[in-house]
Amino acid sequence: MFDVAKIKRDFPVLQQEINGKPVAYLDSAASSQLPRQVMEAMSRYYETSHANVHRGVHTLAERATSAYEEAREKTARFINAPLPQNIIFTRGTTEALNLVAYAYGLHKLQAGDGVIVTLLDHHSNLVPWQQIAKLRNANLYMVELTDEGLLNMDQFRSYLKQGNIKVVAVTHASNVMGTITPIKDIIRDAHQAGAVVVVDAAQSAPHMKIDVQELDADFLAVSGHKMLGPTGIGFLYGKGKLLDSMEPFQMGGSMIGLVNYFESNWAEVPARFEAGTPNIVGAVGLAAGIDYLTALGMEQVEQHERQLLAYAWDRLSQVEGIALYGPREPRTGLIAFNVDDTHPHDVSTVLDAEGVAVRAGHHCAQPLHKWLHTAATNRASFYIYNDQQDIDRLVSALQRVKEMFGYVAR
Amino acid sequence: MSLDSLYQDVILDHYKKPRNVGKIDNYDVGMELANPTCGDVIGIHLKLDDEGKVADAKFHGHGCSISQSSASMLTVKVKGKKVEEARQLIADFYEMMKGSEGDYSKLGELQALQGVAKYPVRIKCATLAWKALEQGLDKKEGVNDGESQ
Repeated sequence: MFDVAKIKRDFPVLQQEINGKPVAYLDSAASSQLPRQVMEAMSRYYETSHANVHRGVHTLAERATSAYEEAREKTARFINAPLPQNIIFTRGTTEALNLVAYAYGLHKLQAGDGVIVTLLDHHSNLVPWQQIAKLRNANLYMVELTDEGLLNMDQFRSYLKQGNIKVVAVTHASNVMGTITPIKDIIRDAHQAGAVVVVDAAQSAPHMKIDVQELDADFLAVSGHKMLGPTGIGFLYGKGKLLDSMEPFQMGGSMIGLVNYFESNWAEVPARFEAGTPNIVGAVGLAAGIDYLTALGMEQVEQHERQLLAYAWDRLSQVEGIALYGPREPRTGLIAFNVDDTHPHDVSTVLDAEGVAVRAGHHCAQPLHKWLHTAATNRASFYIYNDQQDIDRLVSALQRVKEMFGYVAR
Repeated sequence: MSLDSLYQDVILDHYKKPRNVGKIDNYDVGMELANPTCGDVIGIHLKLDDEGKVADAKFHGHGCSISQSSASMLTVKVKGKKVEEARQLIADFYEMMKGSEGDYSKLGELQALQGVAKYPVRIKCATLAWKALEQGLDKKEGVNDGESQ
């Protein structure tokens, strides 16, 4: 039984009023909230176990190192990675994707090679490849969308047929359209064409069961702060063979083997990609978030969000003058929308006054918004602590928007 | 702070019926700016007369009620003003957006935007048109040209 009221009680930030009203937090696709259990795990770490990791032989250093490495093991199990060494802790999805672009792309791509990106990609999986393609004189190919907002798979396959594609950078779930991409097919086709696939799972891993071995993903990037963890921690999954073959991304302490006057060699993976003192408490918090989600069960999390999504889609569709973006299926638990001609910033300000938190803007997806012929959208996104009442509050607050801004003659 | 004090009638009026929308061919002062966080774009065009006064002012672009009404009121306000006077208006407007105490009666109906100062994320919406005007004047007067930059 998925008990939202009980879950909500674990989230202190949701116990308060905003502008005199209980908060309806519908912005988890930007950042989710933290349950008490995650915050407690982090302060417990600082109270009992903090020191630097991987150096020092005293007891606290040992405790810190095991807390950090246990977090790596938990993270590996969460996405069914074969080994903890497949997990590299990063600042978040953005750093994980940049790591692939620089440590893999920059070294392996040759002039004339091709990189496929998609219109559903967040700037963080698009812009690094624009940059690497420029540096290596490689070619970038953009997979566009069908009218329904699904990836144009014919276009994707025709790019693959060119024979020069070495990398496919693709999102698993769009942070604007909500579209869940046919990631398994994409990976299979890309592999047949000899390309590696970099999966941005920032919007999928918090919401559904991910099995990197079943997907056969080469690289997969996730942010901790979208799945109950703190900000500043995320991870990159990489296949062992690929990671072993890669040059480091950042240089410094912990990532070296032997350092001589004029040259050095590198530590084994994952240390090779974790220069400097890592975000230890962040990893502890991420692992506590994983524990929380695992206790609920990812299948149950997904099912809860699907029910909320169906309810929200139904209720929002009935709001006069509303435009909902993206396909009805297959979709993750978020809906981007516009109301009449009212600018998303105005919508969002009015909703905020009603205690309803949504995101407004281009959501770091400018090419997609250009394709949608709109500068910006509002986005409501759902997570484990949301219920139908939050959506009812959103719908009635939208009535207030219409009262205020409706009937703009343009 | 209530919503009604943010969205005052004069703001909604300028938003729903914007004044001086368009572009000026052969403008003397012109600049287009974007707000990268929301994708809003505002362009300001001015035509100056022989005495250096603003003979015509127009704006174009798209954005929220705050940025659109601010641009609309700007064009109304600067008409007939000398460039130095326009620069003083810009300075006064920025001061008001900082939330500083002061007498802003010279800004006239633009005082309706005073409430925006209480909404930090929206201040950039209100100042976008003014930044375009400021940078347009800088370009015209060569402030950013040459080695002085």
